[in-house]
Amino acid sequence: MSASLTLVIVMAVMYAAGVYVMLERSLTRVLIGFLLVGNATNLLIFIMSGRPGVSPIVTGASGQDMVDPVPQVLMLTAIVINFGITALLLALIYRSWWLAQLGDEGDTLTDENTTESAEEADDAFRSSSDDDDAIAESIDEFERGDGATSDEDTAATARAASRDAASRAAASARAAEGGSQK
Amino acid sequence: MTALVPLIVCLPLLGAALALMFGQRRRLQVIVSVLSLAAATVMSAVLLVFVDRLGPAVVQVGGWDAPWGIVLVVDRLSAIMLLISALMLLGVLLFAVGQGIVDGDSEAPVSIFHPTYLVLAAGLFNAFVAGDLFTMYVGFEMLLSASYVLLTLGGTGARIRVGITYIVVSLVSSLLFLSAIALIYGATGTVTLALIAERMPDLPADIQLILGLLLLIAFGVKAAVFPMSFWLPDSYPTAPAPVTAVFAGLLTKVGVYAILRTQTLFFPDHQFSIPLMIVAALTMLVGILGALAQADIKRLLSFTLISHIGYMLFGIAIGTPLAIAATIFYVVHHITIQTTLFLATGLIDRVGGTTSLSRLGGLLKASPLVAILFFLGALNLGGIPPFSGFLGKIALFQAGTIVGEPIMYVLIAVGALTSLLTLYALARAWNLAFWRPQKQVENYTSPLSDSLLEDPQDAGLVTTKTVSPLMVGTTASMLVFTLGLTIFAGPIFDLTHRAADNISSPSTYIDAVFPKGTGSIADSNVGTNFERGAR
Repeated sequence: MSASLTLVIVMAVMYAAGVYVMLERSLTRVLIGFLLVGNATNLLIFIMSGRPGVSPIVTGASGQDMVDPVPQVLMLTAIVINFGITALLLALIYRSWWLAQLGDEGDTLTDENTTESAEEADDAFRSSSDDDDAIAESIDEFERGDGATSDEDTAATARAASRDAASRAAASARAAEGGSQK
Repeated sequence: MTALVPLIVCLPLLGAALALMFGQRRRLQVIVSVLSLAAATVMSAVLLVFVDRLGPAVVQVGGWDAPWGIVLVVDRLSAIMLLISALMLLGVLLFAVGQGIVDGDSEAPVSIFHPTYLVLAAGLFNAFVAGDLFTMYVGFEMLLSASYVLLTLGGTGARIRVGITYIVVSLVSSLLFLSAIALIYGATGTVTLALIAERMPDLPADIQLILGLLLLIAFGVKAAVFPMSFWLPDSYPTAPAPVTAVFAGLLTKVGVYAILRTQTLFFPDHQFSIPLMIVAALTMLVGILGALAQADIKRLLSFTLISHIGYMLFGIAIGTPLAIAATIFYVVHHITIQTTLFLATGLIDRVGGTTSLSRLGGLLKASPLVAILFFLGALNLGGIPPFSGFLGKIALFQAGTIVGEPIMYVLIAVGALTSLLTLYALARAWNLAFWRPQKQVENYTSPLSDSLLEDPQDAGLVTTKTVSPLMVGTTASMLVFTLGLTIFAGPIFDLTHRAADNISSPSTYIDAVFPKGTGSIADSNVGTNFERGAR
């Protein structure tokens, strides 16, 4: 079996960097680490296909000249799986950031079913998306305020506003997600 | 008959799609998921009967012959695993439905539980029928993705926190598994289990060692083998009771199944026997010592779960047909008993309002039925004769003494000690929760409860909920099933013995997948780096 040295080096660097970043506390970095290691693994599969050749099947090439198609199939599947998992992880990271904004209150959120009807759940969903917008807005304001003036009062107000909105959002989400429970 | 093999994976997936479509109509959704799992149970029972009579069922998906296409293989071991997991999934689903009825969430706008649960089932079945490593990986990913969703159901603070630990640990093990697949492909030029089994013995010993260790570590994380078991007791107990039950019963056993399959197929000379025995002993001991310190019944059971994985590893490490047969019997026993006990704990949680031993009391009076369910289950798990737990352990120990090496006797001693300590931990739980009168719970002091550690997630609340007849009925019928394993232990052990004969020599498996032999494959060019490199 022959392999490209460049690919091997790239793979090794990606593995090393990925493992290093994965060991961080921050979840976003863990996600980045996962992406790096995942793609390094894809490269490893690709390296295992041996030396380059003509594309298989479509060109009608036979035997020796053809590149090995199996690792490419495996890689494609692995990429799709990684993509799905990344989406799920992003959602979880967002959720955990949201809960962290609530501080101690986030810990006491329960999964009790507090929603009585479908309309109430719809209301809850609507108001939670409103609150999402409110959070985004107040964060924007906070960042703008931070950039333009170094006035600490503005920043503190914005932070308080964002926390307030987050707690309102979480309260309604509790209702909504309690309803979405099985 | 072979048509059933892919169908058993497709049917739950189809059920999941339908259940998702019927998200607004709860009753229809329940009917769809119960029906698809019931059908899967019937199909796996039929498969088991046919496979037992006629030999392995092999399906070349899409008409592409192995090793070019995907191959699905159901031999006796796979069929046994399929049947037992389908039964457990169905039982737990009924329990969850019962719980849903009592909690009155029939008006919930979106219900994600049923579709996810069916995807989990499909992933499990896929992992069991997979005839190549990559299909097995896909099955693992299906069931893991579903388990991520089930574990973080509701998105509460505690569940997100433990969920992320669980997900990151699982991802690392999946990536290790994928790397192992890549390296095995590089070394043997195939991912088909049967062909790897044939080519693996030709590889240099050091390469075999690396490949074997990578596979063991990847599956060891999933099976919660010490020292890769730290994640389990934190993550499982946080999920809702039915989810915990199905995770505890089935998810770790998929790892055990994968270890059993790869060890018997790829390494028939038992190269990994000694390291496996060492980790088996440590898994048993460390697991059960952890269980002794827990005040929370769910955490206690999670630790006993880890500890009893050690028995299965011990059986795999011995590797004789008798030991493999005992291991399969033990896996079946452990899946049923662990699921039943977690469901019984779910009932305790609702009747007693908590699962912490420091606040439970008087349950024997409050609910004698739940008491019986927990008591019989606990005796069975602890290995009291004549229950199936005792029979499984005796068979394992017997297989160990027949080989008769000194290390076997050490492991048998550790196994017996673990069994006694399990009994101690469960008897203490019984004393505190069931026999202690409710009015003594306040200011209770006893040497029994001095060293107990509370669950870090425990908020100290006591909230009782009603129990529906369906929940108790399901748990009771699962307990009756575990008793059935005891009564019919003879025929079942005969069956696992035939399954073990099947897998203890790789040639049976290889012949089933390649009835015309593998000679013609080695001459071909595409996809075989091994030959290409040799040329």
